[in-house]
Amino acid sequence: MYRYDEFDETIVRERVAQFRDQVDRRIRGEMTEDQFKQLRLMNGLYLQLHAYMLRIAVPYGTLNARQLEQLAMIARKYDRGYGHFTTRQNIQFNWVKLIDAPDILSDLADVEMHAIQTSGNCIRNTTSDQFAGAAADEVEDPRVWCEIIRQWSTFHPEFSFLPRKFKIAVVASEEDRTAMRTHDIGLRLRKNAAGEIVFDVYVGGGQGRTPFIAPLIKQDLSSAHLLSYLEACLRVYNRYGRRDNSFKARIKILVSSLGPEEYGRQVEAEWEEMREGVLKLPDAEIAAIRAYFTPPAFAAKRESEAYARARIADAAFDRWARTNVRAHKQPGYASATISLKPIGGVPGDASAGQMEAVAAIARRYAFDDVRVSHEQNLVLPHVAQDDLYAVYQALDEAGLATPNAGLISDIIACPGLDYCDLANARAIPVAQEISKRFANLDAQEKIGDLEIKISGCINACGHHHVGHIGILGVDKHGEEFYQILLGGRADEKAKLGKIYGKGMPGDAVPGAIERVVAKYLELRKDQGERFIEAFERIGPQPFEEALYGA
Amino acid sequence: MAREQVRRKPSVVVKVAPKPPIEGVLLREGRAAANDPWITLADDQSAPGDGAVIVSLKRLLAEGEALARRPGGKLGVLIAAGDSIEEAAPYLPQLALVAVDFPIWRDGRGFTTARLLRERYHFKGTVRAVGDVLQDLLFFMLRCGFDEFVLKAKDPEAAYARAVKAFSQVYQPSTDARAPAPLQRLRRAGAGR
Repeated sequence: MYRYDEFDETIVRERVAQFRDQVDRRIRGEMTEDQFKQLRLMNGLYLQLHAYMLRIAVPYGTLNARQLEQLAMIARKYDRGYGHFTTRQNIQFNWVKLIDAPDILSDLADVEMHAIQTSGNCIRNTTSDQFAGAAADEVEDPRVWCEIIRQWSTFHPEFSFLPRKFKIAVVASEEDRTAMRTHDIGLRLRKNAAGEIVFDVYVGGGQGRTPFIAPLIKQDLSSAHLLSYLEACLRVYNRYGRRDNSFKARIKILVSSLGPEEYGRQVEAEWEEMREGVLKLPDAEIAAIRAYFTPPAFAAKRESEAYARARIADAAFDRWARTNVRAHKQPGYASATISLKPIGGVPGDASAGQMEAVAAIARRYAFDDVRVSHEQNLVLPHVAQDDLYAVYQALDEAGLATPNAGLISDIIACPGLDYCDLANARAIPVAQEISKRFANLDAQEKIGDLEIKISGCINACGHHHVGHIGILGVDKHGEEFYQILLGGRADEKAKLGKIYGKGMPGDAVPGAIERVVAKYLELRKDQGERFIEAFERIGPQPFEEALYGA
Repeated sequence: MAREQVRRKPSVVVKVAPKPPIEGVLLREGRAAANDPWITLADDQSAPGDGAVIVSLKRLLAEGEALARRPGGKLGVLIAAGDSIEEAAPYLPQLALVAVDFPIWRDGRGFTTARLLRERYHFKGTVRAVGDVLQDLLFFMLRCGFDEFVLKAKDPEAAYARAVKAFSQVYQPSTDARAPAPLQRLRRAGAGR
């Protein structure tokens, strides 16, 4: 993984000092709350319903054991003993005090972490594939490019006061595991006919109240020009994005109102002026970053017999292996998903003890490498198959071996009205009730891949637009009410779901989901036809009827 | 459950009485300037025969040639946040100052204007930040080619000094001559750029 040198170290330490000064000035009354707001937000500090919330950047979702242990320490010392992993591969602490925030940032700096640009109208943490470096289908490790983007975008002199926030995702596989096309910029890494790394650039995706799947703006962008092209994309947005209405300020609105062709033309014109300038990436710079992401020292192994035997001997392990273990590019290795979705639990929450348990497992069995997925789970990307049983047992002991990765109880949910100042309705209790309703693991496996995504308001932090089944909480005459969307998907065939029917109170939601699922089981061709495929083949009608059925 | 039952007002917000707004102070090379020779003219205000005047972009486009010919009079333009700097470009050789307005501190269009002025049009005159210029913008403004600031801060010179040394390293090339970290790393590795 990337390691700080003295340049990174200096910048992060100086940021801590700067923020300490800003907090002092606020406490002394030298700034208004409105002026302080933008500054604290640029350090990830939000004011929520009950307390300040601190969002910490996990660059492209990559953590090592020491960092995870430090997060556990922070959870204990400054919070209530747990943290919440987010759909942007970050972690947030929900109960911090303003006065403690500079000390927390200092503790983070000790382990090469920070909260820079986790909020505010700037370029946010770049997200990527949780299986980066392990996935057999990747062109190269996409985190190389995420790190190059991280450095370029950190305290960008021109783009720190954009019309609105700006999110970039990078994928390097045909299969998209990052919801890339729901980002302000999505980059797909490919190899061209000459074997060189090139990017397809998608601009103007987003969720929120006006969702868009990002259109393709540029194909075959040579990697040396990545930063100059991004700078051109951002410059056009900084100049012409709307600033009169924050609901219409995201780049998706600019791209859709200009049209993708016109936006692309303006970017191209800007880019022509500067493409051969100082942002052109020298090969040596790319190589230097790439060197940080060389694969770990895998041993030459064959398919593990011990793994096969353990699966036969222990049915619970076998079930976990079926759902949470994924093939690896290196023979004899696997990637394991650590579900943060226990039945009836809060999606994405992990206790300090659990973080420490994962850190210990990662250190002992998984090359000190842990990932956060946008589905709010953790991943051990590199585990020898020989060790999977031991890993499973250790996870099970920590309450982290729920065998439901990708299944119906692996629900994405935003913090909702339990925490969030913007929410109209709660999301967590709805997720918990659905999860309990489908607690039976055999039934879940029979249903197969089904993504439920829940947002507590139209801002769509819970990705409801791109859930196979999306649930949107609204405020109807002062009561929580839920609209159901069907047919969305976040993958390489990204598509927005549609709202069906008039919505329902929260206690009716689990039953409605149950009826839709029963209808799917009745209508699917065979066990191999996933919910979303059956929905696309058959059309919405029977599912909509089931939603509001007797 | 009703939203209002769940919602509670956070009791953690710092309560401080609002202070009166601070007037901007002109900073030149980090020091408060004793006087400002520049006068900003309203569009209907006639230009004096000499002296340094700042006019709107609209007026520059209409009367630029005549204004530039005033004997002994320097000319500047005020670029509003929505103005296109490209339109002012033909006049830049005759301008001694471009004032870039920040109507509200969070409106970052002026950063692009300044960079284009310096990097694309190679403007060598003064680029002055005016409007809602707060101290926490200074670091970014300095990197984008601004050299004068009408700064709203309690102690403007101290705020400026803080901003200048806030970050001793930077990651990306910009208008200022600072060597970004990636370039320094390459130099150190002997590869050069």
